[in-house]
Amino acid sequence: MTDQTHFYTLPNGLTVHLKEIHTAPIVSSWVWYKVGSRNEHPGITGASHWVEHMQFKGTEKYPAGYLDREISRVGGIWNAMTYLDWTTYFQTLPANLADLSLSLEADRMVNSRFQPEEVNMERTVIISEREGNENQPHFLLGEAIQAAAFDQHPYRYEVIGLKQDLETITRDQLYGHYQRYYDPANAILALAGDFEIKQMVDKVQANFGEIPTQGPIKPDIPTETPLGGERRVTVDGPGQTAYVQISYRAPSASDLDFFGLTVLDSLLTGPSSLNMFGSGGTTNKTSRLYRALVEGEISVSCFGTLQATHDPYLYALNLTVHPEHTPEEVLQTVDDELKKMMDAPVTREEIARAIKQAKALFAYSSENISNQAFWLGYTDMFADYDWFQNYVNHLAKVTPEDVLRIARDVLNPNNRVVGFYLPEESLS
Amino acid sequence: MPGPDDIARETLPNGITILARANFNSPTLSIRGYLPSGSIFDPDEKLGLSYLTANSLMSGTTHYDFQSLYNEIESVGAKIGFSSGTLTSAFSAHSLSEDLNLIMGLIAECLRRPTFPDRDFNRLKMQMLTGLAIRSQDTAAMASMLFDQAVFAGHPYERPDDGYVETVQAIEREDLVNFYQRTFGPKGLTIAIVGAVEAQTAVDAVKAALGDWDNPGQEPLPDFPPLAPVAKPIRKDLTITGKYQADVVMGCQAPERLSPDYFPLRIGNNILGEFGMMGRLGKSVREDSGLAYYVYSNLSSSLGPGAWEMIAGVNARNVEQAVDLMVAEAQRFVSEPVSAEELDDSKSLFLGRLPLMLESNGGVAISLLNMERFDLGLDYFIQYPEKIKAVTAEKIFETSRKYLDPDKLIVAVAGP
Repeated sequence: MTDQTHFYTLPNGLTVHLKEIHTAPIVSSWVWYKVGSRNEHPGITGASHWVEHMQFKGTEKYPAGYLDREISRVGGIWNAMTYLDWTTYFQTLPANLADLSLSLEADRMVNSRFQPEEVNMERTVIISEREGNENQPHFLLGEAIQAAAFDQHPYRYEVIGLKQDLETITRDQLYGHYQRYYDPANAILALAGDFEIKQMVDKVQANFGEIPTQGPIKPDIPTETPLGGERRVTVDGPGQTAYVQISYRAPSASDLDFFGLTVLDSLLTGPSSLNMFGSGGTTNKTSRLYRALVEGEISVSCFGTLQATHDPYLYALNLTVHPEHTPEEVLQTVDDELKKMMDAPVTREEIARAIKQAKALFAYSSENISNQAFWLGYTDMFADYDWFQNYVNHLAKVTPEDVLRIARDVLNPNNRVVGFYLPEESLS
Repeated sequence: MPGPDDIARETLPNGITILARANFNSPTLSIRGYLPSGSIFDPDEKLGLSYLTANSLMSGTTHYDFQSLYNEIESVGAKIGFSSGTLTSAFSAHSLSEDLNLIMGLIAECLRRPTFPDRDFNRLKMQMLTGLAIRSQDTAAMASMLFDQAVFAGHPYERPDDGYVETVQAIEREDLVNFYQRTFGPKGLTIAIVGAVEAQTAVDAVKAALGDWDNPGQEPLPDFPPLAPVAKPIRKDLTITGKYQADVVMGCQAPERLSPDYFPLRIGNNILGEFGMMGRLGKSVREDSGLAYYVYSNLSSSLGPGAWEMIAGVNARNVEQAVDLMVAEAQRFVSEPVSAEELDDSKSLFLGRLPLMLESNGGVAISLLNMERFDLGLDYFIQYPEKIKAVTAEKIFETSRKYLDPDKLIVAVAGP
């Protein structure tokens, strides 16, 4: 396997990451914009995600449906995702069609039309997407917890947006959001696959070199003050099953403590898969919370979510309550386990095991080209590519004392929101 | 492209078939397999038995309890899982390639020496019952279940593999032991290993772990009855209060995977509800009407009868409009052949997508198992372009008319 990389920036500010991989006749191309729900406020919550939908409505050069057809015809895939800090668009195509990726992304970086009738047609599609989410207890509970966990920061809103905003956002608000954030200086282009770097540099220049920039964007994001005490939320909803989510304010991905928290999470709830586009991950049956709660028959499932974000976000423990127990009993058992973590340092052996697991997960993440291209751009949304390359090294430096300090710091009850989803039916 | 030149295939004297292919692009491997067990053996009053048995194989074995087994697996960042369908019980694993023998040994341990410990049995049964409580609130799962009950009426496929609350409650630990003894054995077990090990090394690892497995009491799969055709349209509605969105599953019966009708319908289905932004259904229901975030069609064909489904998630007040639009697309599909352009687009997709499908070890392993299960031959991917090219618009038209009758659709809706 011969991999070669080249990272550089165009004069208009577009960051470019290229990686040659010649294992399959495929190229995966990603464009990342530093815009997500982090850049929204009440009135336009959900705008970043809606803009992403509008980017598939066609331009003068590539009318609606044209690209769907061209990409599907060759068996390629293309899609997009919007999250807290970013919006990304990708195509994975036969290598001889990489030019199409460059051309279409350069085109829709500036030429999308946002026609009013299409904006309105998409309004009902997105409301339908939100209603699909609202069918899920986890979404309802998560939304309530985010709102309680932040007073100032836009992380208090779900990426899909508040329903009242989805009903009222105007075409001009969406178009303004697009014009502000879809700028080469606010984007990164990442390609991995079967190409020659020298030729790809020329193609990138030809497609993106002339796109004008307004210069780097410095968004004005409110900073959040500490929670200052435990908060609680309760959501009543349909069903027979109760859920508990306990969310702690967590360090941002660029904070060195993030790696210590990654080790802590691995010991508490099992290692998280780094892999978005392939088989990967392991189970969490030997983790501390699984043993205490699921084997202890207090909950029927248990997993942790730690997310790499630009600003401090949340580390969440998610539990499905056993039908013969209560959410309060789940919370008490979790607290008993967390106390052990805060009372005494973990062993070096436990940390070594977590690192070995992380290395395996890393190997899975190199199994396909789409996933390698994903990592090539993703980490720039909250840190830089070194974050990815040195990930295992950073984990290896974590000491038992670090884990103890971070456990006491992050897992402090004054730093959390406890959410209960209480079902309207009961299992009797 | 995987083919006879680089796929190793060997059948052992005890009935196990091994398929292996090397891929040294990353230091990982994927192991997948199945054997002829499944919910077809479940008595009606204990439906869910096969599902619970498969899920209990990792609870404990002669040499490991639950924690020590998972400690072996999780310590090396690997994953092993067992599951059950109607006609098969299956397993799936991935690991670093250096751990081939460890993982193969643990799969064999679970397959050959499960002990079904009492305490773990009760815990898993309660987890399964909670899963059913969650299923009863899932509009998509419930619409799909109602659809299957109607489209496969009188056939084992009409029953959900995970059973119902009362049938799972009726299952005892002894039932698992008996079910395991009757249906688990080497006969018909097929296993595929793909990754950074030489094919022969993989074959040898399976031989070492499972070559001497024997179960003289292993029963063959029972014959399943023929499926009666749908005589009249069926509509099923289920109210799940407090939900925001309804799910619709509608459609008809479809042929088995080996039928000559399969390829015309597979390409026809792509045109109806897959190609680009979910095909003709996506254009009508999402793009032109703004009614749904997801709407698509799906052809499921395996052994025995299949189903051809149109699926959408819509606001409850838009259900009838969405159903009407999908019926209209079904009518159009059997009124006039697809256009030359649509046919050419879809055929091009089926030819073009192989490199992506076969990029990951797991993707290749699934393909190897399908080659064996459906008797497609090791040269399947070499013959594949000819099969695709042979499909014509007329053939899709004739075949669709054979199965899809817009006046006899089954429509299942679950929502508020």
